[in-house]
Amino acid sequence: MKQSRLQIMVCAGTGCVSNHSFDLKDAIDRELKKHKLENETEVVFTGCNGFCGAGPIVVVQPDGVFYKELKTADIPFLVEEHFLKGRPVKKFLYTPPLETVPIPKMMEIPFFADQTLIALRNRGMIDPEKIDDYIARDGYKALAKVLTSMTPDQVLNEIKNSGLRGRGGGGFPTGVKWESCKKAHGTVKYVICNADEGDPGAFMDRSIIEGDPHAVIEGMIIGAYAIENVHHGYIYVRMEYPLAIKRFQIAIEQARDYGLLGKNIFDKGFDFDIEVRRGAGAFVCGESTALMASLEGKAGEPRAKYIHTVEKGLWDCPTCLNNVETWANVPQIILKGAKWFSSIGTGDVSSDPWGGSKGTKVFSLAGKVNNTGLVEVPMGITLREIIYKIGGGIRNGKKFKAVQTGGPSGGFIPESMLDLPVDYEELTKVGSMMGSGGMVVTDEENCMVDMAKYFLSFTQGESCGKCIPCREGTKRMLDILERITNGQGTEEDLVLLEDLSNMIVESSLCALGGSAPNPVLTTLKYFREEYEAHVRDKKCPAHVCRQLITYTIDEKICLEIGHGCGVCTKYCPDGAIIGERKKVHYIDPAKCGKCGACYDVCNFNAIKVS
Amino acid sequence: MPRLKIEDLEKIADQQRQKMNIREGSGKAKITVHMGTCGIAAGARNILAAFMKQIEIHKADDVILTTSACAGLCSREPMATVELKNQAPVKYVDLTEEKVKKIFESHILQGKFVQEYALSIGSERIQ
Repeated sequence: MKQSRLQIMVCAGTGCVSNHSFDLKDAIDRELKKHKLENETEVVFTGCNGFCGAGPIVVVQPDGVFYKELKTADIPFLVEEHFLKGRPVKKFLYTPPLETVPIPKMMEIPFFADQTLIALRNRGMIDPEKIDDYIARDGYKALAKVLTSMTPDQVLNEIKNSGLRGRGGGGFPTGVKWESCKKAHGTVKYVICNADEGDPGAFMDRSIIEGDPHAVIEGMIIGAYAIENVHHGYIYVRMEYPLAIKRFQIAIEQARDYGLLGKNIFDKGFDFDIEVRRGAGAFVCGESTALMASLEGKAGEPRAKYIHTVEKGLWDCPTCLNNVETWANVPQIILKGAKWFSSIGTGDVSSDPWGGSKGTKVFSLAGKVNNTGLVEVPMGITLREIIYKIGGGIRNGKKFKAVQTGGPSGGFIPESMLDLPVDYEELTKVGSMMGSGGMVVTDEENCMVDMAKYFLSFTQGESCGKCIPCREGTKRMLDILERITNGQGTEEDLVLLEDLSNMIVESSLCALGGSAPNPVLTTLKYFREEYEAHVRDKKCPAHVCRQLITYTIDEKICLEIGHGCGVCTKYCPDGAIIGERKKVHYIDPAKCGKCGACYDVCNFNAIKVS
Repeated sequence: MPRLKIEDLEKIADQQRQKMNIREGSGKAKITVHMGTCGIAAGARNILAAFMKQIEIHKADDVILTTSACAGLCSREPMATVELKNQAPVKYVDLTEEKVKKIFESHILQGKFVQEYALSIGSERIQ
């Protein structure tokens, strides 16, 4: 085997790829050749590193030097300085917000240092398209352990004792689900990996697949062995994830070639294979029964779950469906033991599987935080730690307003509750949820009514229309929110909103409708004064809702400081600004479209919003 | 590709060990070749290549080879620092390819540092 002294790890997660990391690799290869370094170095594509806000990312090993926001034009200098001469290049290193000294080493950057990796343990360390890389990091060792030294019941007990709960949203104890499926009558059973991740701004599952597809596959094989009578598994991925689909397909091919999928795995008489199925990207297909309907070739609509899918699921056979992250946790639990896993997190699961939240959870941190990206943290960590320590606080020194956890149907949690531990039950108690792990941070410039409207418009648009409460109810709620943000809301509307919300929560067929009103309910609860300002005073305190704000020009500032520079007139798309150079400018309210362009371009802060 | 047997997992992991040691930054020894302008002018590139060759010859996949900037003693370049796990780093000066061979065989493989080529043991402190 060829030896190398340098491993140049280029991030090839979707975030970095769209920031041209493929071009970066080409440029690095080219420059290495130029300096005749190609024989002593290796350039490796890795999965997502998680720090997508700093992409494209390159990590240079063995020293773990972390480079961010590289451009192809930077590569010649970087290769000569660092790879040839051995001097890390300061200007490409990461400097934390509000600080001046860059941090050269990846593991010393707070964003990475404060994370605990289980599901993402191989991120940035392996080439996801090489099965040997995965095997080198203890890959398929758990499978070997299971097939040689454990009975299916022992595997099941290990998962039960670990306290692992569903990472896709519901938080249902994984071991209990497996056991129900195992006990269900039937000689043909299925396992499914739910990779239909559809929350806006959430990309946990995509990153796991893109970075470590074999972990998911290994988890599924172990699950199939434990449940018994399972010889076929499906991975349901949305079409919008082309790279994830490609990496899954490559991984499955490689696993088949090695005999890790197919007949008689490891010569232990166990048969199991996996097939990738692509979904058309409907949000509702993340719901288990809708997903199974879609897999069968029917319209992706949920059904009432009087009979659970573990008894009658895919093609009416007992089916065990788990989320990507849940499956990815399985091999580690088998290798390191239930005790190790349950030592991380909150509560006690030894007698009650719902008694605590164990292990870690991956969140995609988005919105108004400095460090956006993917973070894996132990259960029980506080929201404050995630947002301020790992996320680096709020952007541009603004004030925090609320954080929404759990995707578009999660609730907004206000600042007074930031010390809440991340835990299934705790989040549900305050009206939000763990969900699949979306985490959207908002600041003082976000209008809570507008945010609620945004997320409701998403779930409304994604409602499949099968049941009336969700189809009609969310539509009416959205109408009311439109009215309120347009300044036509009344106080009765707030009562009606609450009534409608509670009705939809209670009577919807599936969890999509059942949770869709969460953003509205929580904002009504914690930010009622904002709603009241909209309906009573016809004002939007955050200056977001266009119908409720007016832009004016402060004459004094415009003339005395800005000397009537006239920049605003150039940028106004409506031609609403009147004035000559060196004279005071005015906004014609009749023409003003309230886009805020003038506010953004005025160098003298002469534009006022009220 | 052939079907794997359980013992093959370990074999594959072994083949990948060197690569993984570099990525994980773990290994029993770390060699740092000082590659400032002075070092390069004095032939540090050849020293680096010589160390690479030794690693290959001895299949020493748990040895990490890295580079750093000028160590501050430009007149004694090329220089390298050898650090065995849990031991103080040793700086070697005025290196040649022959010296590299000896340092590798004695210090890295057998744990006996080569006094005659060594400048100092330990590092200067950074305030």
